[in-house]
Amino acid sequence: MSRGLPVLIVLAVLGPASLAAADARSDAKSQVAFGISVAQRGLWREAIYRWEKAVELDPSYAAAFNDLAIAYEHEGLLDKARKSYEKAVELEPNNAEIRQNFELFKEINDRTGSAKDKN
Amino acid sequence: MTGPVPPKTRISRATRLRLGVLAAIGAATLVACGPDTFEIPIETPIRPKLDVSAFQRVLIAGFVAGGSEDLDTNQETVRLLRSQLRNKSSLKVIDADVMPLLDIAQDQNRTANGNAAEEVAVSASVGNGSGAGASPANQALPLPQRIKDEKDLEPYERLFANVSYWKRIGEEYQNPLIVTGTVLFTPHSSAGFVQRDQEVFDQLGRRSVRPVRTYMERKGFVLRPKFVFIDGRTGATMYSESYREEILYNAQQNTPALSSYFELMDRLVPNFLSALSSQKIKGTRILLK
Repeated sequence: MSRGLPVLIVLAVLGPASLAAADARSDAKSQVAFGISVAQRGLWREAIYRWEKAVELDPSYAAAFNDLAIAYEHEGLLDKARKSYEKAVELEPNNAEIRQNFELFKEINDRTGSAKDKN
Repeated sequence: MTGPVPPKTRISRATRLRLGVLAAIGAATLVACGPDTFEIPIETPIRPKLDVSAFQRVLIAGFVAGGSEDLDTNQETVRLLRSQLRNKSSLKVIDADVMPLLDIAQDQNRTANGNAAEEVAVSASVGNGSGAGASPANQALPLPQRIKDEKDLEPYERLFANVSYWKRIGEEYQNPLIVTGTVLFTPHSSAGFVQRDQEVFDQLGRRSVRPVRTYMERKGFVLRPKFVFIDGRTGATMYSESYREEILYNAQQNTPALSSYFELMDRLVPNFLSALSSQKIKGTRILLK
């Protein structure tokens, strides 16, 4: 009984917080999934709206930042794309797909030299 | 006649039902989870490096060219850039004779030196010993007749800084954007270890590829263009950019200079065009769930 009490207290304190986090991730995931389906149909602005919502809901969601960066890149918003890639890499430094996307992005930027952003 | 259904059939139906439910759950799970990565084609728009909105026309004037004597690098570069701009830019390309900039630069140099010498002579005859601005030391350095390397090209750079000359050319063609510069296309050879893939077959005849380092003698070409963009209204240089590309082949392979030149220019043309017009660079990225 006395051993169970601290566990109950911890659960009572952390439980709602972790539930809220799980909820946020779940909501963000559905935004990301919807964003992917519209991006595949060429609706990149709608995809940006969805992925911006996703990173707002869950700022620790690396995949959402990665997808957002790709959409910004496609729209020519290169400064924003770079920041989103950097955030995605920061959140998941060992994710090979994110790193590959970022490398390809940087290659284009280096190749085109002083290409200006239309942000 | 219509006796009870044999138990074997009843079990079989129940099993089928259970399997059906499991299959449905499996399918629903697959749809919900699905793959986590999606390859998607994208087109990255790159805005031009130069604001050319003030110009409707472009004059690819000519280039100070040197290196290989197997092709007329000035002519080829002008022809290639004009055709690229006709297809991929909104600017109207002016059809004009290719300017022999090498000769023009040498003429300008001779004139400048002649004027300087005259000034020295005049100063001496009037007994004015100072003549500082017109001393032979201030004469322009002679320009090499044949350009073999980058060092030979250096003295020609002052041609692009001759604002009054380019302004005059601009006036002649109704103030277009002027594209000029230098192009050096030189033969190149190198020897050393290179890594290449080698096919290997095992005892069972299965094929595999493995990297092998071998010593090779190779020859090819190096292309070093510098594109200079001049405002035809003022004669001033707006922007310039330099590139270097090389291609090497097996020493036994005999590749004509012209095809090597086009192969190298093909790599550089997108960079050249990106200075003047917006480009879309195609690629693929991976979306993540």
